[in-house]
Amino acid sequence: MQKINLTINGRKHELLVGEHEMLSSVIRDKAGLTGTKIGCEQGSCGACTVLADGLPVLSCITPVMRYNHAEITTIEALSKNGEIHKLQEKFVQKGAIQCGFCTPGMIMTSFDFVSKNPNPTVHEVKEALSGNLCRCTGYKKIIEAVAEYVLETNHTSITANQPITTSSKVGVSVPYIEAEKKAKGTAQYADDIYTRNALHCKFLRSIYPHAIIEKIDYSEAHKMEGVHYIATGKEIPVKFGVLTVSQDETAMAIEKTRYIGEIVAAVVADSEEMAALACKKIKVTYKPIKEFLSIDDSLNDIGENKKIHEHVKFNNNVHKKAELRFGNQQQGLEEADTTCKFDFTFEGINHGFTEPHAATAWWDENGLTIITATQVPHYLHRALAKVMEVPLSKVRVIKPYVGGGFGGKSDPFPHEVIISYLSRKVGKPVRVRLSREEVFITNHGRHPSKMTVKMGVSNDGIIKVLDADIAIDGGAYGSFGVVTSYYNGVLLQAPYKLDNFGFRTFRVYTNKPQCGAMRGHGAVNSRFAVESTIDELAHKINMDPCELRMKNFLDSNTLTVGHYRITSNGSRESLQKVMDESQWKNKKGKLPQGKGIGVGCGFFISGSALPIIWNELPQSVVHLKLDFDGRVLITSGASDIGQGSDTMLAIIVAEVLGIDIDKIFVLAADTLITPVDLGSYSSRVTFMAGNAAKNAAENLKNEIMEAVSVKKNIQKEEIILADNKVFSNDKTVELTWEEAIDILTANRGAVSVSGKYISPKLGGDFKGAGAGLSPSYSFGACIAEVDVDMETGFVKIQNVWGAHDCGKAINPMAVEGQLEGSWHMGIGQAITEQMKYYNGLLVNNNFLDYKIPTTLDTPDIHTHIIETIDPEGPFGAKECGEGALHPVIPAIANAIYNAVGVRITKLPISAEDILEQMKKNKALEEIKTV
Amino acid sequence: MEITFTLNGKKTTCQIKASATLLELLREALNLTGTKPGCHEGECGACTVLINGKSVNSCLYLALNANGKEITTIEGLTKPNGGLDEVQESMIKNGAVQCGFCTSGMVLNIKALQLETMQNKKVPGSGIKNSPNRNEIKKWLEGNLCRCTGYVKIIDAAEEVFNKGK
Repeated sequence: MQKINLTINGRKHELLVGEHEMLSSVIRDKAGLTGTKIGCEQGSCGACTVLADGLPVLSCITPVMRYNHAEITTIEALSKNGEIHKLQEKFVQKGAIQCGFCTPGMIMTSFDFVSKNPNPTVHEVKEALSGNLCRCTGYKKIIEAVAEYVLETNHTSITANQPITTSSKVGVSVPYIEAEKKAKGTAQYADDIYTRNALHCKFLRSIYPHAIIEKIDYSEAHKMEGVHYIATGKEIPVKFGVLTVSQDETAMAIEKTRYIGEIVAAVVADSEEMAALACKKIKVTYKPIKEFLSIDDSLNDIGENKKIHEHVKFNNNVHKKAELRFGNQQQGLEEADTTCKFDFTFEGINHGFTEPHAATAWWDENGLTIITATQVPHYLHRALAKVMEVPLSKVRVIKPYVGGGFGGKSDPFPHEVIISYLSRKVGKPVRVRLSREEVFITNHGRHPSKMTVKMGVSNDGIIKVLDADIAIDGGAYGSFGVVTSYYNGVLLQAPYKLDNFGFRTFRVYTNKPQCGAMRGHGAVNSRFAVESTIDELAHKINMDPCELRMKNFLDSNTLTVGHYRITSNGSRESLQKVMDESQWKNKKGKLPQGKGIGVGCGFFISGSALPIIWNELPQSVVHLKLDFDGRVLITSGASDIGQGSDTMLAIIVAEVLGIDIDKIFVLAADTLITPVDLGSYSSRVTFMAGNAAKNAAENLKNEIMEAVSVKKNIQKEEIILADNKVFSNDKTVELTWEEAIDILTANRGAVSVSGKYISPKLGGDFKGAGAGLSPSYSFGACIAEVDVDMETGFVKIQNVWGAHDCGKAINPMAVEGQLEGSWHMGIGQAITEQMKYYNGLLVNNNFLDYKIPTTLDTPDIHTHIIETIDPEGPFGAKECGEGALHPVIPAIANAIYNAVGVRITKLPISAEDILEQMKKNKALEEIKTV
Repeated sequence: MEITFTLNGKKTTCQIKASATLLELLREALNLTGTKPGCHEGECGACTVLINGKSVNSCLYLALNANGKEITTIEGLTKPNGGLDEVQESMIKNGAVQCGFCTSGMVLNIKALQLETMQNKKVPGSGIKNSPNRNEIKKWLEGNLCRCTGYVKIIDAAEEVFNKGK
């Protein structure tokens, strides 16, 4: 230990620190300033940026001893006397904050930059922020916030800051209700909550993709100072999994390991360092067996070798096979004038949320409590009760602020199970935070896939047939895989009218980290395949690809071939919008070589109509409590992971009751206190929790109207709630909100009401009919413009125009944020992101090698919201968080085709592949001319 | 200044101010908030901890003096698997815990008495032999104030602990 003197935010600290301790851990653990976030521990994400003696440093890779006697400034110091800095205020107002995990780093970096460069260009701002990763916003609103701050500080007389609106209206943009907290660094994420005297947990992970565990010797580790307990797999034998049909995972490997990185032992010790040291002392004897690392390996008969999972039906590693056929594909192919068939391959994609998984668990007289970064407190609640073998009433799951999920926090995870077990074993709270490498290995990301797509059109551009053959690489365990298998196929039956549609899909187990749900679940890759094929068909029949799509869109209020009920449908409006905005007609076919424009369309579910665990509970319940003080308390199980669901609930309740959102308090996602909502997955929250909130608010409104009507002797129907008042047009009643609440609560006290959402019964009566059923679907379109370097094949995406039919934008700024984030994520999958394996080892398990687009990689995004007012959505709203991702990737690929005549059927699209294909095309040209 | 001592069985090194009391060190630097500050002047006993097995008001004890000593706080009484000490069990069972603020000090002072008597010798200055009677327990706990219970159930709890040992 060494002594160090630091002045942190003006306060002097004399501290004992480890010789190799990083500045970030001193700031967080010793000074208790948790606004500084740890996202990667290797200086690649920027979330930990602080100022040291006036210079920005990445505190997670800065040894603290280097800064003895230095002055450190963290995000907490930016707001003074309770007033936030103008730059922070800009982030709040512009909607530059979603999950908020990157926000402290973003603000510190831009604060430093603009104070030294008072007149930067937008490009310079982007450059300055290019070391700070954000996975939610697509950077657009962040850049706008900084740019506007610069503008206003330079022209103070021209524009004054506008007060943050608290107006209640649906359709009016408001910052997230917690945005200021996130801007100040005071919002607490799972790793920021320091349960006193918690012990720390670290994992020993398998070094073999497929191996029998012959012996685990932890005698030496157990003797180490500070070590409390060491657990191995056989102590927690109960299997779990998010889907009832694939409960195939245990908390740690038992008897054998199935991927490199699988947890083999867990140590709980006084400190993280002690636990990590003890892990190194555990000796595991493995006997490696034949591993299966590719789709083809796992589809084939495995002979005498051992299967990855014994429960697999045949002598291979196929986890799930599904096939659905509608109409007659053979006949469709015959009817088509032109057909096209492509083979596609897709690499695995990781969610890349900025906040690593973290959790703390403890047991007391109420049983287990776990605070964890999760999208699905309800499913985790069920899984923990099962694995810990306690009644459901003895588990409490609390979701704090979550730093992004995108599907990557929507399963019950081994680390959550293990710390629950260990904290019971040692009788103390146990906490864990995964490193970025562990986050990558935990994965649950998008499946690497292979597929063949056959389509045919008539000469007048009517799609006659769509046939897809799909195989997806699930990795070692099931996760959401059965659903993913279906989604790859069933989610092709829109947005186009198809009479002859069929698919076959396989999901295989392989000895790699498991895949699961990721934004756009299941349908992103197959959408890419279909939209690329359509582009080719349009080219072949010499028709504008937008025109071809326009001819084939499904109508509103119709059924698809697979019995999806389509209600509102903004496909045409979305495509028309991006065509107009991008000046498609002036550009398509008129751009010089190397420049291209391309289009893609898509659709997605607004929540699954069927719950994962079959039961008769509503999909969402919201409670409202209104007491003497006039404040409405919303309790909901809905999980805000940065998408703004807490704010959405507040706006909806405020709208119905005619009050401002500052009269509302949202308490969400605590399974003891809040009624069940199934979680933040399948884009269900606005539609389902929003409807439940609306229902609850209407019930409360009714109570208020009834109380006032009795008191004032007036017909209930004449009472109006608006503008923080309760009144009637004939002025018999003229009450403030507070006065009305006095009437309501007289002789009764606090009023509690409940609201719920239950999806209508939908779908056909065939096996597999339930997959992809949703009470409503979103639709959208993207057009991308790219430059391709003719010498190198390098792609620079210049512009993305996107339009998305979200029914009704409850909070337009939040909807834009979702769309921009989706397009940004799609851009990554299109050209830079892939999980690279070498003999089962994930080699790019960090943000330096796994390339999430930065501010500089992200093109100009032009965002357009299309509103179609869904008949069943709350105020007409439907999803906007996932569907926008589908069209952008094929739009980019189709633009590349337009630019250089190269059709790449592999994601990510690499410069090498483009160049190689260009050379081949050139050679073919030359042969033709000869 | 740096001190090293054994805290709840674990060797601990801390950087302290010369004027810091043991109570401040425990609560503020070491996050062990089971030890309660009631009066900061040694009147209430809520801050009682064991130093080398003897009960001490940590609010009057300079942290500096803890150097080289063995300290047990209420957190250290809990067993490694989370199980409770028999004194804690007895307090709960007898309804001796109301608001709970004096409880840590009470428990540790009863523990101190138990440790003294376990050595099967006369406790210096108290006249208590192996198994203290009700009056002797009262006398021993004189320095711990409780405003909730009227002490009856606390003394019941202590008595039960000693009767079990008989």
